[in-house]
Amino acid sequence: MPEAPAQIELERYELTAPPAYRFAVDRRDFIGLLGGGLLVVFSAGGQESGRGRRGEAAPQDLDAWLHIGEDGAVSIYTGKTEVGQNIRTSLSQAAAEELHCPLASIKLVMADTALTPYDMGTFGSRTTPTMAPQVRRAAATAREALLDLAAEKWQVDRAMLSIADGRIACSGVAGGAGASTMGFGELTKGGKLTATIARDVPLARPLSQSAPKLAAREFVTGQHKYTPDLTRPGMLYGRVLRPPEFGATLTNLDAPALPGVTIVHEKNFVGVAAPDAQAAAAAIRQLKAEWKREPVPPGAVSGPKLYEYLKQTAEPGEGDTHESADAAKAVAEGMAAADIKLQGAYTVAYIAHAPLEPRAALAEWDGGKLTVRTGSQVPFGVRTELASSFGIPEDRIRVIVPDTGSAYGGKHSGECAVEAARLAKAAGKPVKLVWTREEEFTWAYFRPAGLIEISSGVREHGADAGAITAWECHNYNSGGSGLVSKYDIPKQRNVFHPANSPLRQGSYRGLAATANHFAREVHIDELAHALKMDPLEFRLKNLKDARLRAVLQAAAERFGWGNGQDKGIGISCGFEKNGYIATCAQVEVEDKRIRILRVVEAFDCGAVVNPDHLKNQIQGAISMAIGGALFEQMRFGDGQILNPRFSQYRVPRFSDMPEIEVVLVDRPDLPSAGAGETPIVGLAPAVANAVFHLNGTRLRSLPLEL
Amino acid sequence: MPRVTELTINGTRRPIDAEPDVPLLTVLRDHLDLTGSKYGCGEGQCGACTVLLDGQPVRSCILPVRAAAGKRITTIEGIHHPLQDAFVEEGAMQCGYCTSGMIVSGVALLNKTPHPSRDEIVRHMNGNVCRCGTYLRIVAAIQKTAQHA
Repeated sequence: MPEAPAQIELERYELTAPPAYRFAVDRRDFIGLLGGGLLVVFSAGGQESGRGRRGEAAPQDLDAWLHIGEDGAVSIYTGKTEVGQNIRTSLSQAAAEELHCPLASIKLVMADTALTPYDMGTFGSRTTPTMAPQVRRAAATAREALLDLAAEKWQVDRAMLSIADGRIACSGVAGGAGASTMGFGELTKGGKLTATIARDVPLARPLSQSAPKLAAREFVTGQHKYTPDLTRPGMLYGRVLRPPEFGATLTNLDAPALPGVTIVHEKNFVGVAAPDAQAAAAAIRQLKAEWKREPVPPGAVSGPKLYEYLKQTAEPGEGDTHESADAAKAVAEGMAAADIKLQGAYTVAYIAHAPLEPRAALAEWDGGKLTVRTGSQVPFGVRTELASSFGIPEDRIRVIVPDTGSAYGGKHSGECAVEAARLAKAAGKPVKLVWTREEEFTWAYFRPAGLIEISSGVREHGADAGAITAWECHNYNSGGSGLVSKYDIPKQRNVFHPANSPLRQGSYRGLAATANHFAREVHIDELAHALKMDPLEFRLKNLKDARLRAVLQAAAERFGWGNGQDKGIGISCGFEKNGYIATCAQVEVEDKRIRILRVVEAFDCGAVVNPDHLKNQIQGAISMAIGGALFEQMRFGDGQILNPRFSQYRVPRFSDMPEIEVVLVDRPDLPSAGAGETPIVGLAPAVANAVFHLNGTRLRSLPLEL
Repeated sequence: MPRVTELTINGTRRPIDAEPDVPLLTVLRDHLDLTGSKYGCGEGQCGACTVLLDGQPVRSCILPVRAAAGKRITTIEGIHHPLQDAFVEEGAMQCGYCTSGMIVSGVALLNKTPHPSRDEIVRHMNGNVCRCGTYLRIVAAIQKTAQHA
């Protein structure tokens, strides 16, 4: 079994299996495309293009190419996607720092299967820990090659050269000042050089500098083109006829002939392409479809029955990590040593990503070649889906992802691209398909719901009073990430049980770590109160991990924890994807409505790359977490989603915002971890614990309701 | 009801040919390629489609185009306001999809109330959703612009 929790999630919850074979773009083609200059490429163990890399030790998402043109322009090619996490900026910063050139002189070409190296996808908070160092290595390799070129050109020792502001200077060249510096273009002009990324090239430490979002002006002026904003000559507008219920099958379709409208009916797929959006919507209304409904399983309904159903259909969890033959016996021993024993059951609802840009795709065929522009986190995965849907080789498909209006783990699948391509194929013209909000809420996938049961024991008396002696945790359906904590509990057992999910479920920002931290950190609070111990003191009593202790103490200090004055305060902490987090919250309750007044969150993700963007991610994660903590849940029954609109599915708004303070615990001595996800996990338990502190009501279900 | 044949957008008369009940947003985006206004929900709940009609913020996704005929329409493409600089300086966006609507709503507020209180900002902006959660930065950008006004 893989050791990293992220890998477990990917295997469990990726909706599409990765392709069995993966072939790199032929480098000769690539060099031909770019022209002269200096090209830095990645090489997996010196391997040439054309051979599959699957199954080898090298991770699949490490590729980045860098090109310096004959005009000195620096272009970096990466398959990562920009969905608002601002990696276009942070990756450009990484390259600029290594190349010692202005940020503005870097052009990042992202997520275009015809131009960028293969990438598994943008998820799991992996860009900063894996892609940023690779971009740094590519840029540092280029820097070293440029210095070599300059030394050769000037016929001087490399030690006499320095590089700054995009120019190379030599301290000992005779002649005027103008002759003693050279731009990159003067060195690459006329050259056709290729270098391979050096694994051991010396890298600079991240400068930890804030830089504004690149191209921010395009967003504040409305000029940036997201997928739904794109057009092509002769383009038609697509619309899909959706079944009335999940699992329904089409038994008959009466479709009138409509001038200018292409109607596609193939198996269960029915869609139209029309000259404008109104005509497409009208055409859908005129279709007469008959559907055969399927019986819905008894637990396929939101509410308490769902969690019973998940437990009933759960697998034993044998073979999962953290489970061993002796685990049950060990936990029993730990329980026997406890003075106080507690049990708790915690639930989390299905929630939606609800990215403000709904799924969209613009597909265009040219002979047997297909180009699809789409908002996605996995351009290469979408290409594979298209290849398999249309039975054509991947090299005839190009998927381009414009910087996208957010995803949060929700854009890992390519159905919208496939639908648009199917319609475009039938119409013989480009087709744009933009899902409606209702489609987005219904036909995408959801963050898994889950039931988490915890039993634990603590010592109340003796020298080790306050020590947790036993811990047993079973997660049904929601996932294994964040299941195992940093608490020092000698006898513990943590098992994830996959179950039959009645709704289609998949990745989500933080995924199961939110559910597992909610259950654990509420349960820890229950233990602390059972012992009449301060919840912070109780956590510190059971934690040796220095980094987790540091963020707990940092958050508590900033919050003013332990002054004895505050009402309605709660705390939580955790660890996920190499990030350490602690959250303090204060709440008030009015007419059974929980209002979050203040949040302090301390976060340690290693070396800070861009402090302002990091803070933005943390503030955003906290804000998004308010939805899952207090309001958000998919209501469903009879095979239908019952609240597929923003008017029925409450998301956080301006009026829900507490005061938020972020404490960055910078560790420049450590590698940087990703920060897009982990900051979301701490809020819900801190708020639930704060409600208990306020009025003694223990809430164990998300969303929290009084 | 007759078709709508002309709109005044960002100070310019634009000939169009649209059914009267088509949402203004559709006309702006699909007929005139003014794509800064976004579709987010189609029911006036998220504010991504916000434009000004005679200076008042409206949700163009639920406004029939006939209701905009003869009035001054201002879209994000016609806005040149210090609030835009403040959004950049405050980093008041992540994915940017809500940004057009946020700025149009914010400009409407500042035009009416040059020095809004925090509560006034929250009340006025509450119909605009930022799923990335940059709300506090947007409040800060509006406050910063007000201070310099």
